[in-house]
Amino acid sequence: MTTPSTQLGRPVNRVDGRAKVTGEARYAGEFNVPGLLYGQVVSSTIARGRIKSIDASEALRLPGVLRVFTHENRPSLPWFDRKYRDDDAPSGSPFRPLHNDKVVYSGQPVALVVAETFELARHAASLVRIEYKPDSHETDLRAQRKKAYAPRQGKDGFEPPPKPWGHADKALDKAAVKVDAEYETPVEHHNPMEPHASTVIHEDDGTLTIYDKTQGVLNSQTYVCNVFDLPKEQVRVRSPFVGGAFGSGLRPQYQLFLAVLAARELKRSVRVTLTREQMFTFGHRPATLQRVALGASADGTLEALIHEAVSETSSFEDYIEVLVNWGSMLYRCDNVRADYKVAALDCYTPIDMRAPGAAIGVYALESAMDELAHALRMDPIALRLKNYSERDQNKDKPYSSKELRACYQQGAERFGWARRNPEPRSMREGHELVGWGMATGIWDAMQQPASAKAVLGLDGRLVVSSATADIGTGTYTVMTQIAADTLGLPIESVTFKLGDSSLPMAPLEGGSWTVASVGSAVKEACEKLREQLVTFARKTKGSPLAGVGAEEVVFAEGQLRNASDPSRAVSIVEAMRLGGVTHLEEQTSAVPSPKQQAYTRCVHSAVFAEVKVDEALGTVRVTRVVSAVAGGRVLNPKTARSQVMGGVVWGISMALHEETALDHTLGRFMNHNYAEYHVPVNADVRDIDVIFVDEDDTVVNPLGAKGLGEIGIVGVAAAVANAVFHATGRRVRGLPITLDKLL
Amino acid sequence: MNRFSYVRARDAREAVDVVSAHPTARFIGGGTNLLDLMKEHVTHPSHVVDITRLPLKGIEDTPDGGLRIGALVTNSEVAWNAEVKRRYPLLSKAILAGASPQLRNMATTGGNLLQRTRCYYFYDVGTPCNKREPGSGCGAKTGFNRIHAILGTSEQCIATHPSDMCVALAALEAVVRVTGKDGERAIPFADFHRLPGDTPQLDTNLKPDELITAVELPPEGFAAHSTYLKVRDRASYAFALVSVAAALTLDGGHVRSARVALGGVAHKPWRNPEAEALLTGKPATREHFQAVADALVRGAKGFGHNTFKIELAKRSVVRALEEAAGREGQP
Repeated sequence: MTTPSTQLGRPVNRVDGRAKVTGEARYAGEFNVPGLLYGQVVSSTIARGRIKSIDASEALRLPGVLRVFTHENRPSLPWFDRKYRDDDAPSGSPFRPLHNDKVVYSGQPVALVVAETFELARHAASLVRIEYKPDSHETDLRAQRKKAYAPRQGKDGFEPPPKPWGHADKALDKAAVKVDAEYETPVEHHNPMEPHASTVIHEDDGTLTIYDKTQGVLNSQTYVCNVFDLPKEQVRVRSPFVGGAFGSGLRPQYQLFLAVLAARELKRSVRVTLTREQMFTFGHRPATLQRVALGASADGTLEALIHEAVSETSSFEDYIEVLVNWGSMLYRCDNVRADYKVAALDCYTPIDMRAPGAAIGVYALESAMDELAHALRMDPIALRLKNYSERDQNKDKPYSSKELRACYQQGAERFGWARRNPEPRSMREGHELVGWGMATGIWDAMQQPASAKAVLGLDGRLVVSSATADIGTGTYTVMTQIAADTLGLPIESVTFKLGDSSLPMAPLEGGSWTVASVGSAVKEACEKLREQLVTFARKTKGSPLAGVGAEEVVFAEGQLRNASDPSRAVSIVEAMRLGGVTHLEEQTSAVPSPKQQAYTRCVHSAVFAEVKVDEALGTVRVTRVVSAVAGGRVLNPKTARSQVMGGVVWGISMALHEETALDHTLGRFMNHNYAEYHVPVNADVRDIDVIFVDEDDTVVNPLGAKGLGEIGIVGVAAAVANAVFHATGRRVRGLPITLDKLL
Repeated sequence: MNRFSYVRARDAREAVDVVSAHPTARFIGGGTNLLDLMKEHVTHPSHVVDITRLPLKGIEDTPDGGLRIGALVTNSEVAWNAEVKRRYPLLSKAILAGASPQLRNMATTGGNLLQRTRCYYFYDVGTPCNKREPGSGCGAKTGFNRIHAILGTSEQCIATHPSDMCVALAALEAVVRVTGKDGERAIPFADFHRLPGDTPQLDTNLKPDELITAVELPPEGFAAHSTYLKVRDRASYAFALVSVAAALTLDGGHVRSARVALGGVAHKPWRNPEAEALLTGKPATREHFQAVADALVRGAKGFGHNTFKIELAKRSVVRALEEAAGREGQP
């Protein structure tokens, strides 16, 4: 019998909250051992060329400086690319720090100074003199657009653009109403509060314990073992807490390589922490140029949909993301063409960043939909409902669930959309113009294979574990809830462990799939424990539940009870005693059910934004956002709301603030600090209202929950941009919408 | 950060002595800028001379009816000081438009005057910068220059002065009191900061051994009709793209005197007394404010990313004067 849920759907506080606010939670760069050495990275100042010479003599003269590692003195390492590939690597040749004298991007690590103190390492690094022979570089996407090419598709989870159907270009030509516009999005960096760091502890027996900032301890472990030719037993990677990552921790970053290299060579424990500037010297959200062309009949029926994108990659890998596929998933259309190319720049390879592809692809799509609605003189929601897709046309499959209509309806009601005058520049308060805009959001609801172990002790405590990560999303909390719920235990009786490569296999923490993947494994492992306990309680002579049908036993308040006569009960501990065991252990692997294959599985949202634009000065304020999300079953409304709210804040940031500015002469990012790379401050963020609409999904995974990590950001930038148009009558087609674009 | 010697000065004389004996020595007050510059390897002082024990922490009336603010009074103390708020609300408002409460609690009055530009190139030792390394070139002029100057620039440098407080002090015509080897002197605010010219490494006209002891405000505080308008890329914690300190004395609907200082547009707070004089005796209307705005930015030159500042500065001046006159939004 199914036990009614007691823990799921409750706004449980973060189980790791106290540790985080008291400083008890330790991060990768905070684990100390006696004799720890500190490595400081020296970064290249040119974007492309060769290193002529490295003079480290001044640094090495300082007492306490142990070694300066460069390509000239590094140990011999494997030759083949595959040794450097990781679970999130795109096609190409992964970057190898200190590999040779070639510089392939500005900010490339070219030396590591290792010293006895952090301060000394930092000072010594400033004394390393490097001479370069620069080559010409290219960092301007617009200039390289003509050299764009169809990328190799070797990245896990990449969905190629749909094959065209109908005759999109012809249909566009003939359409009664059309829009054909180019949108531009800039480079953005993840900027997690915690910088990337690796503390490599050289144990007495020569094995390595590595505290790494990562979204996948197993990925880091595999990488280190492959690159340094070590057996897995000799490398344990831990990452109990992560201070934000947003995708930047999906691939092993160069500080891990450098710290391991130094620790192995010096046979000492070494920590390498990147500076804030160096946080701008690896993966980022790629710059894109996108053309969206839409044609419609006078009644708003979409007759042509063209989405073409050129996205930036590096000279050594083909970074790819799903940019152009979303339109034909969201809207029914008989003539569709999508095209996706990349252009190589002398920058580091981009990396997934919150809702990779969708955040910027849907921005362009949903801006164009707003332009079309305006051209049609049609309400933006009505246009979307008119072309609402019941099936995913890209794959010709139904959705496992899609309560997007309810998102539009409930979001519009909460926002007060019905009172909107469609005319741009129709609302004003003092010297500010007021505008209302909306957009749709979409993201995948994926599940990956994952394993979990559950161990129940005679003290009544349950310990569940999996090698997943909690990057601030609430994994610790939600997994604890799932386990507690399955066995009818209070939250306090359950401990969840993660971030350790010695734990059962989990996929990278990304793609919004952790709850679905790891959560399903946790549930299965705990269900297996249940089965054992039920057997003990029913099959043991003298048990109060002896002879009761298995389906009659429910778990609640730490007990097994007869559902129809709750007075007949045994505690979980008693049941274990009845079974004569001192502990119970189950490890399972949950794999996606084959029935998922018949469906497209997505999470959806409708986003509404109000902006106020100072007409003379061009400053934009986002005063109100409503985000209505259809995300399946919500396991913890508190962490779920925080997730979506954080996504909305980032969406506002995308719309108004974020851009890593390149100096193309130097081929270098220039605003590489928190003073000049702007994210919103508290004063920029006003009311954010999050709605979760009811959505029942029995296909998506055994929990019926869809991941919420990404959906919060998708659509927000378009909603804000559309609101800016409504306020001012001016269409800004490049992000961020800074005041100069509105003067 | 390099290795340096720390000296805690017991009096101004000792502080000046140490600094004059060591050419790269630096005074440290709140340290809110100096520490950043040291951590970024922009500044490498041989000695850091701690002046925080010196008796420069008072705010007191001057005999002529003005106010003297000690060099070590924190930005927060100045901004929230009752006399400043009552008599010089422009100064209070300008200070509170800058930085964050934490920084304002540390930053000192003297230090605020001496904070260095936020030019990306100045801060990034991997790039050329004539201010940081004379003769190395200016990266900003042909590079990314969104936050850079449009007025008073030179071939060598297009950096801006980042302070908000100094823009108000320029409008108020404060006087900077300094002491050095050669004794004490008073520097009118307009002469305190420099334009970059051929020596962009010099931000001010202070002699190397001189220490700021106080900033004096003249009696006229424009308390009835002044405002500080800061236009920036986010609502708080961002340097000004353009800022305006506007101060008026009015006689009925007519302007008796006007002061307008611009921030974020030049190597120093930008004033043009001739432009201000256009308002004298004129009605306080948008038409006349517009004329001042046009005159103030005459000769302005953009470098691509920052060209928008020319128009923005004009509009900001008009808005600020309207606010100061209390006639905002009226024709």
